[in-house]
This record gives sequence, C-alpha cells and structure tokens, in this order.
Amino acid sequence: MAEKFDLNEREVWDGNYAASQALRQAQVDVVAAYPITPSTPIVENYGAYVANGYIDGEFVMVESEHAAMSGCVGASAAGGRVATATSSQGFALMVEVLYQASGMRLPIVLTVVNRALASPLNVRGDHGDMYLGRDSGWIQIDAFNAQEAYDLTLCAFKIGENHDVRLPVMVHQDGFITSHTAQNVYPLSDEKAYGFIGDIVPVDDMLDFSRPVTYGAQTEEDWHFEHKAKQHKALMDSRTVIDDVFAEFEKLTGRKYNRVEGYDMDDAEVVIVALGTTVETARVAAQELREEGVKAGVVGIRVFRPFPFDQVRDMLENAKSIAVLDRSSPGGAMGAFFNEVSAALYTTPNRPLITNYIYGLGGRDFSVAEAKRIFLEQKANADAGHITTDIQQFSGLRGPHLGYFQTKRS
Amino acid sequence: MAITSIKNLKEFSTNNDRFEGAHTLCPGCAHSMIVRELMNCTDDNLVIASNTGCLEVSTAVYPFTSWDTSWIHIGFENAATAVSGAEAMFKARKKKGTLKDNDASVKFVAFGGDGSTYDIGFQWLSGAMERGHDFTYICLDNENYANTGGQRSSATPIGAHTSTAQAGTHSYGKKQKKKDIVAIMAAHDAPYVAQLAPNKWKSMAKGFQKALETEGPCFINTVSPCCTEWKFDPKDTINITDLATDTLMFPIYEIINGHELNILYRPKNVLPVEEYLAAQGRYKHLFKPENKHVIEEIQKNINEYWEMLQRREEARV
Repeated sequence: MAEKFDLNEREVWDGNYAASQALRQAQVDVVAAYPITPSTPIVENYGAYVANGYIDGEFVMVESEHAAMSGCVGASAAGGRVATATSSQGFALMVEVLYQASGMRLPIVLTVVNRALASPLNVRGDHGDMYLGRDSGWIQIDAFNAQEAYDLTLCAFKIGENHDVRLPVMVHQDGFITSHTAQNVYPLSDEKAYGFIGDIVPVDDMLDFSRPVTYGAQTEEDWHFEHKAKQHKALMDSRTVIDDVFAEFEKLTGRKYNRVEGYDMDDAEVVIVALGTTVETARVAAQELREEGVKAGVVGIRVFRPFPFDQVRDMLENAKSIAVLDRSSPGGAMGAFFNEVSAALYTTPNRPLITNYIYGLGGRDFSVAEAKRIFLEQKANADAGHITTDIQQFSGLRGPHLGYFQTKRS
Repeated sequence: MAITSIKNLKEFSTNNDRFEGAHTLCPGCAHSMIVRELMNCTDDNLVIASNTGCLEVSTAVYPFTSWDTSWIHIGFENAATAVSGAEAMFKARKKKGTLKDNDASVKFVAFGGDGSTYDIGFQWLSGAMERGHDFTYICLDNENYANTGGQRSSATPIGAHTSTAQAGTHSYGKKQKKKDIVAIMAAHDAPYVAQLAPNKWKSMAKGFQKALETEGPCFINTVSPCCTEWKFDPKDTINITDLATDTLMFPIYEIINGHELNILYRPKNVLPVEEYLAAQGRYKHLFKPENKHVIEEIQKNINEYWEMLQRREEARV
C-alpha cells in the first residue's frame, strides 16, 4: 500500500508539480521516462514518490525519449496504468512510437510540456511539438494553467482507459509559463481522485497467459486501411466519452471543462481563437476591450484532437472577424490551426472574415497589449467588411513587418 | 516445472510447441529452429518481443500469428525496451496483486536480427542491459539485412558480398570486420552472455535455459545461416552451421558475470576457413587470385580470436 501524502485544500503548485501529483493520485504502475526541459520535474517527482513509498510503481529511467515511449508501449500492453512526460526534441524523438502506441490502442498518458523545436535550439514554450503530434492518433487535451494541468491529467486516464476509447492521451501545458509558474491549485483528496479515475481494467493483457495476444502485427493493403479507419472512428467517437468524463468531473469538483471553451462568445463580433496560456491573455484583453465597447470574445481549444470541428463552427459562425493564432512555425503554409478553423467555418452560410497570426515562437512573450492590437485589427476588418491586413502575419516579430496574401474582393 | 529436460531431439522438438509452423520464413532459414528451441526449452509463460525483421514479418501478418504466447512488436530498434516495459509492469502488478495469475512464472525474451541488434537497436539494447531488467535478448545473427534484400550490417564479416557492400572489379565486398557484439554485451557486466549455434542444439538449449534461469539481463548471439543471402541450398543450413563452428568462424562460448569465459565447443578437427567460405555464394569472389589476401586475413582473424578466447578461458578474468 502506498504511503499517505498530505495535501492542503489549496496548494501552490506549478504545472509540472500539478501534473506529477495527478500521476501519483492515479497510482501509475509504470513510468518509463527520459527527462527533458521543461517537463523534467514531472518524472523526477514520480521517481521521488516511488522512492518514498507514495506510489507502488516502477520508475524505469531509459536512455532516450524513443525508448521512453517504447517502454511505455511494452508496459501498457502488459495491462497496467502507464504515463510519461516529454517536450520538444524529446517529443520529436518519440514520434515513431507515438503512432505505434495509438495503433495498438494503448491508453498511455503523456504529459507534454510544450516547447519549441530546434533549430535554433530553444527551451521556451511554443506549440511546435504539440502540432507534431496532431496526426499521431492520440487524444490531445490542452491545459491553460496549473489547475487545469492537474484536473485534465486526472481526466486523461479516465478517458483513455475507457473501453469504448482505448486510446493514448496527451495533456499539454505551455513550457515555463504554465510548467514553472506557481499558482493556486485546488487538488482532490487522494481517495476522491482515485475514486474518480478508478482501477484500470486491461484489454488484451499480455500478462494474462490464459489468452495469448499478438501486439503489433503487420497489415498491408488488404487490412491496413480498415485498421486506420477504425482508429479514426475510435478517436471521433471518444468525443462523447470526453464530454461524459468532463461532466462527471464537474459534478465532483464544480470545475467545468468543454472541448471548446468560449469566453464572452454570446454576442462576440471580433474573436481570438488560440491554444494554451494565450487563451487567458486574450480573455484579459477581451474583458478590457468590452469596457471600451468592443464586442470581443475568445475561443480556446481544450481538445485539439479529436478536433471539435462542429463546435468550433457553431461557436464562431456569427462572429464578424476572427484571428486564429498559431504558436508554431508554419513552414511555408498558413498556420495549421488556422487552416482547421477556416475549414470549419467554410461550411457555414455566413463565412466570417478570418486571418492568421503567427506569434510567440520560442517563448516570445504574448502580452495583453498584443492581444488587444489583434482584436482591434479584427474590428477594423469587421467595420470595413473585408480583411484589411495580410491574411497571414507574424505578430511580435522584430524588424520589418512579415505577412502574406491579401483578400480577393470582387 | 520451469525447465524441460533435453534428452533427445525428437522428444525435445515436440515439447510444449508454442511457435506454430505456419510462418512464412524461407525454407532452410535457421531463425525458426532457434526460436522453436527457445520456446521448447522452458515450460514457463513467455512474453516475447521482436524487433522488425525477417522473424517479425514472417510470423505476425494479420489476421494470422505464429505465436502461441504473448508477443509484441513495436519497431526496428526497440524490442529490448518493449520487453523492459513489460517486465517492469509485471513487477508493479505482482506487487499490487493485479495479475490474472499472481503466481505465474514468467520469462521475458526479446528477439532481434543482427541489423536491429548490432546497428539500429544497439542503443536500446545497451540501455536495457544496463538497467538490469530480468530478460534474455537473443540475436538471430544472419550477418545482413536479409528482410530487405541483403544489405550489409555491422555484423557482416569482412569480404562478404552484400547489396550495399558489393564485390566487383574494384572491390572484394565488405571492407570492415564484424563488430564483436558478445564482448560488448559482456562489458555491460551482464550475468550471462553467450554465442550459440543451432547445429549444437543441446548446448544451445542449455544456454537458453541458463539465460532464462539467470536473474538479470542476458544476451545470446546465435548464428542463423541465411540460405537466401548467403547463397546456399536450403537443405544445407545445418551443414553450413557445422562449417561455421568447425572452422571457428563462429566459436561457441559463454561469458558469466562479464569475465568467466567458458568455451562450449572445441572442434576435434579445426577446418580451414576456405571450406566455410567456398560453401557460400556470398564469398565466391574471394577465390579469385587478387582476393586471396582477404581469405588469409579472415583466417588470421579467426586464429587470433580463438587464441584470445582460450587465454581468457584460462585466465578467468
């Protein structure tokens, strides 16, 4: 039995500590890990909990992130609860195995502390790593602060291990801004938290020798397509389970989560759509602009995968001008997030104006003033009835303006 | 009973057969002999991981499987890590009492070809050995990437022709010597390391049993003649293996706790390496006059290595 860990009703935790406490309360059986900045403390803390008897688990310190996820796959196929953490280059090194984990339908929880991808080498937060995982077949949930990092990590186990889902889940938080900033966090008691998640009930347990299982078979053109389609369907169907788990969590804690988080969206005319801590910055800016009479609203994407296409559309279709903020180097295209939001809106009769901002790369600060400026550009668009800026522009960049493409007007 | 007795081959070969015959390995491939021996030499439950390679692609093509036990394949490089994770989970669940059968005796085994062992999975293997998981890694060493058409690996011997180290008018094939994986694994201070061959089936089965019974990470390199890429008649697999062990191209030995070396087979008549080379198409070009020096070098390498093994056996250091 694990030792009792005393918690106060209110703790002061950073995002990393919050995530590691969730791992402790979930009594994760195996963590196979290779620490990397800024996610390092998550697995260090797990190791400390094991070393001091607060978890009855195995901490496997491997020699690379690729091995970390490989170990997690082996452990998860062996039927217990598994988690690990990573960031940036480590995430990139894991990518091969991320696809294998989801293809084998293993409910591993990966806490991703978002950080820029080199080169140039950078330890600060942007969403390059998060985007790299977007086609990997994992559920991706995004926390905007430390409390959410804790809450959503608890939810992640319950979602992924649900037998109707059986998929691995990433819980994202922004490097340093969330991971290293101490905030008030209201934890659940250990009993309440574990009661919420419940025991893992393995499916196709490699350690059940009464029923041998083969994991990681080969399929060619005869069956591969059906497997991938089934996996996609499982991801799409997980939406109901995610909603149910969020509802159950709300009942337990009063804290309500939605796959898409709208802020002042009822009558919003100008909107920022964003991920991560930027959502909170934009909310402050929106609040201030509301006082000046600007009908500003914010849409934060809570569940990045499965992408809430219909909810995004429903929430945004009556806006006049929308800024979609991508915190990842777009690599010769429009921002990927912009493309997804635009695609959702293209299917509405009233297609709002929509532009793309590339911002905050490598941890470049995103301020309330910058968010306000973006809102006001949307207001100018809304007033003019057309896009008055470049469709894609870099925001917060030194030197001359960088932007691409202008709107076509008849 | 954890260990099966090894009396005669007929009895042994039908014991506890958990590797089904319906695989798609080439006729004459030694992989299936080695795998079958491993699975027959114990009655314990097995969790097996395989790297990508001939064995994997030939035994688990959906909707079929040859594995009548728990089996997992992730990628080319990480079977040692997959089995590490499973072994860690076994320990965690045993402690918590959440296993289906908490008293089950379980052995963890990883298979890799030489490409995945010597080359692409080298780091993953080294990591798993260092961490000290209780598992046995078995390399099916056919000295090339046979699954993809016979490219050179760092296990390919000097002088062999492969598709990426070709013999031609200006080349005698691979220029580099074979990596000494057994020494490297012994240098991890592993409790049991060995090099074994399927023609010496009793010593191979005993070596497997020793590895399975030894707590901690064990490594076994097995010679697995490849009729397709070594270019010999499929019926000659064991004959070629005899030549490999009798020329000492593949000496059979074990190293306990990183230093206690025991030679497990001493040929009565050590054959000249030409006999081994001449039996395989991949060495055909070495018999041209201009390549004679390569054969001499191979023989010299064999003699020196055998001398070293004997001295280390005496020295026990």
